[in-house]
Amino acid sequence: MEYILTSKKFTEALKEGKFLGLKCHQCSGYTAPPQKVCSQCGSEDMEIVELSRQGKVRTFTVIHVAAEGYQAPYIVALIELEEGPWVTANIINMDPEAATMDIIGRQGKIDYQDIITDIFSGGERIALTFSLTDST
Amino acid sequence: MREVAIVGVAMTKFGTSEKTQVEMFAEAAMEAINESGLGLKDIQAVNVGNADGNIEEGQAVIAPMCAADIGLSGTPATRFEGACASGTIAIRDAFIWVASGFYDIVLAGGTERQRIMSTPLATRVMGMGVHSRYETPTGLSFPGIFAMMAHLYASKYGIPLPELKEAMARVSFKAHKHGCINPKAQFYGKEVTMQMIYDSAMVASPIQVFDCCPISDGAAAVVVTSADIAKRLTDKPVLIVGTGQGSSGAVCSQKDITRIPARELSAKRAYDMAGLKPEDIDVCELHDCFTIAEIVASEGLGFFEPGQGYKAALNGDTDIGGKIAINPSGGIKAKGHPVGATGAAQVYEIVKQLRGECGPRQVEGAKIGMTDTMGGSFASIGHLILKRGW
Ligand SMILES: [Zn+2]
Repeated sequence: MEYILTSKKFTEALKEGKFLGLKCHQCSGYTAPPQKVCSQCGSEDMEIVELSRQGKVRTFTVIHVAAEGYQAPYIVALIELEEGPWVTANIINMDPEAATMDIIGRQGKIDYQDIITDIFSGGERIALTFSLTDST
Repeated sequence: MREVAIVGVAMTKFGTSEKTQVEMFAEAAMEAINESGLGLKDIQAVNVGNADGNIEEGQAVIAPMCAADIGLSGTPATRFEGACASGTIAIRDAFIWVASGFYDIVLAGGTERQRIMSTPLATRVMGMGVHSRYETPTGLSFPGIFAMMAHLYASKYGIPLPELKEAMARVSFKAHKHGCINPKAQFYGKEVTMQMIYDSAMVASPIQVFDCCPISDGAAAVVVTSADIAKRLTDKPVLIVGTGQGSSGAVCSQKDITRIPARELSAKRAYDMAGLKPEDIDVCELHDCFTIAEIVASEGLGFFEPGQGYKAALNGDTDIGGKIAINPSGGIKAKGHPVGATGAAQVYEIVKQLRGECGPRQVEGAKIGMTDTMGGSFASIGHLILKRGW
């Protein structure tokens, strides 16, 4: 069976305003980021669905020594989506210097940002972003 | 399957090397072969762990180059790549071939020369250890992964961050205490105080410089043979009695990264194969690339209950003479972390410990030891359990 949600398709959809994932016909579980089989039960029998973008911060770090091509400080976080899967995203609407463990558990919304390519990046790429939507 | 043993071990001093990856491996390999009492003509295959040699020195086909350098052209030579676990999976595969009876004698180890890279290139290369489509673009650095692990650990178990940070500093302090007296360690002879650890610069909150392993050059090699051959060669053959390997995908796909399912599965495979339990292990070299990683590994291997590893570190339960001696070599933190060589250097330390050859860092009476090595986004994990064969 063909790979139904490739990284290319996933990225193009984000640029068109859709955050896609996979829903399993066997166990009803969700898979994101995409992969060949269901992350819950291993079935290939999944359909592409649009995810709600809602989620909460499970953990994070403020990077002070930046990766090549990035400007420190910036925040990387693991976000638990409303549908269940966890994704890696940049928290973009808060001052990195102000981020403490208090942001764990806060609600927000997934979007994306373009990331510069380099000789190792295998073409165009994007990073998921997360904006906190609740107030403290 | 037949019994398998290790008969010769060697490693270069870890740190900064002017020698190439091939030259370092050749040095360690010849020393290991000479120590074993075997000759070059006895070696039937060469397994070389190497993570990033293509980029570091522009060298592909590194395993054949290593074999040829020590006069083993014509011998099957294979590279094993599992990021920081490369050396371990090279030795594990040597074990499998010898246990199966296909080969009798295999040279295995690893080599890496990271310090030749510029810092920007090194950070870029290390960023390749996570999912290149869905994670690398966030600028997630290696310290960043373990920083997220630390925050999740504190949050999940309700531990005030300063208390966890104290435990992490204690892990660093212990590593340097051991590394300071290990002549092969990158930080040999360098005393590190708790104040230096606390005062070090922030890398990725809450990980500071002294929570991180260094960037290193080095190589290590071991000679793996059937136990029958080993017993003819030495009075002190070290048996490989258990091994496991596991794998995972993106960091995020593993969700709660305070428990690494691939590690727990791999370790269980090793324990089951050996017929041993965590409490049977006298000494362990585990993957302390960052201080929090040691705490989480000490739980994943079953030495402590989940959420209790930080207390064990604070209490000194993981010191030489404690409940379980962890990283008497100084670990990855203070011995250094030339990634392809790391697993082989862990095996080197355990073999030396079981033989009682470790001088001031000797774990008295150690009879059973274990290694734990983890590469990339916890993507590649391997375990070996070693036991005195006398
Ligand atoms: Zn399913």
